[in-house]
Amino acid sequence: MRLQARGKEGEATFKLDVIHSGKDFWGEGVGKYWKQKCDSWICKSVLSEGHQRTVRKVAWSPCGNYLASASFDATTCIWKKNQDDFECVTTLEGHENEVKSVAWAPSGNLLATCSRDKSVWVWEVDEEDEYECVSVLNSHTQDVKHVVWHPSQELLASASYDDTVKLYREEEDDWVCCATLEGHESTVWSLAFDPSGQRLASCSDDRTVRIWRQYPPDNEQGVACSGSDPSWKCICTLSGFHSRTIYDVAWCQLTGALATACGDDAIRVFEEDPSSDPQQPTFSLTAHLPQAHSQDVNCVAWNPKEQGLLASCSDDGEVAFWKYQRPEGI
Amino acid sequence: MVGGGGGVGSGLLENANPLIYERSGERPVTAGEEDEQVPDSIDAREIFDLIRSINDPEHPLTLEELNVVEQVRVQVSDPESTVAVAFTPTIPHCSMATLIGLSIKVKLLRSLPQRFKMDVHITPGTHASEHAVNKQLADKERVAAALENTHLLEVVNQCLSARS
Repeated sequence: MRLQARGKEGEATFKLDVIHSGKDFWGEGVGKYWKQKCDSWICKSVLSEGHQRTVRKVAWSPCGNYLASASFDATTCIWKKNQDDFECVTTLEGHENEVKSVAWAPSGNLLATCSRDKSVWVWEVDEEDEYECVSVLNSHTQDVKHVVWHPSQELLASASYDDTVKLYREEEDDWVCCATLEGHESTVWSLAFDPSGQRLASCSDDRTVRIWRQYPPDNEQGVACSGSDPSWKCICTLSGFHSRTIYDVAWCQLTGALATACGDDAIRVFEEDPSSDPQQPTFSLTAHLPQAHSQDVNCVAWNPKEQGLLASCSDDGEVAFWKYQRPEGI
Repeated sequence: MVGGGGGVGSGLLENANPLIYERSGERPVTAGEEDEQVPDSIDAREIFDLIRSINDPEHPLTLEELNVVEQVRVQVSDPESTVAVAFTPTIPHCSMATLIGLSIKVKLLRSLPQRFKMDVHITPGTHASEHAVNKQLADKERVAAALENTHLLEVVNQCLSARS
């Protein structure tokens, strides 16, 4: 099923976020809110007042009552949902230029944003909907493309034009960078944690997906750690599958399947071979959809409640829904 | 992020005495192209025709006249929908390199069918910051954000406008 989400002539759809109930989603770039009604989607709301420039990313809060929108106008708006209406409750300012990504921590009390100004900001929200910046992290040396929270720990990850992934945690009253993952040979565009949070997938302009694993101090495998911080090691690289930049990677929290969005207009799904060594896993390509869209695929998102349901969006202005079924014999 | 927007047409020129190259003539029309039944596929000459008259930001000359773009450095595959253009800045420290690359990219984005994947990069070995410039030009998010800057967009449009 496809949706024409294009607003103005030629406007690409950059990012989608599927609300936790799996029933609604927000497709932005155009800033439209869609609700599923039986088998079709109805556009319920268009928010055109919040931002002055491109809206780059949107994210639902874990409770589903709030939406954060990150924009090239250097601000992040927080919207409160009231049935099909949204009200802007606050605008987070501070970044010097384009905000590229925003993410809510699973606890719902923390929010992270990142920008071309090379920084990652951590914000705390209290019961009265008051937002306060609690940390400005300047670890990256270039544009930061994406931020994502660990599914269960208060651990934040960021991906950058400087070809690295960085991890941050809270220390005393501030946040610190506790790991830097090097290995990609070009911009890292996106990240996804696996359901357990022990592994992280990253995708890059270097046309590879890398899987990293966390090794705590005193681990069985003998991986060295400095101090009390876990070490992260690259345990798998998926190369030779993608012919252009990989813009997004999504790790299904229900099944563990990995989906990628690529600049060659295709969507791919990978699954881990069950018999492979957890320290050196192998992943097989289980689905390849060439021409999934007529232009670059920018984002893929798994439905958190319905197995195998995948959404994708593209520069062609369309949002598409796919049903994936794991092949027999895997 | 994008180098040189301020030096256009004012003050000291970086490369005051550039080499000027002769323009190639009009493309001869072949029988196949005259035939309405045969679909025209996009070739290197067609891409070159799109970019040859782009104005240099500093000199009253086109990119063709300065040999910044050459047909031989254009690679096209219509069946695969790919275009690659290598451009050669006139001097290795040219601060206009990103702007020139951006102008070429914008011209192609505006002229070619959306199915095309476009790669614009500096001819290897001809610029001190070629990796950094190539990386910016290859990042579509950076290009899109840059083009939201009205001043920069104006400068690019000036490079792309026909000279009177």
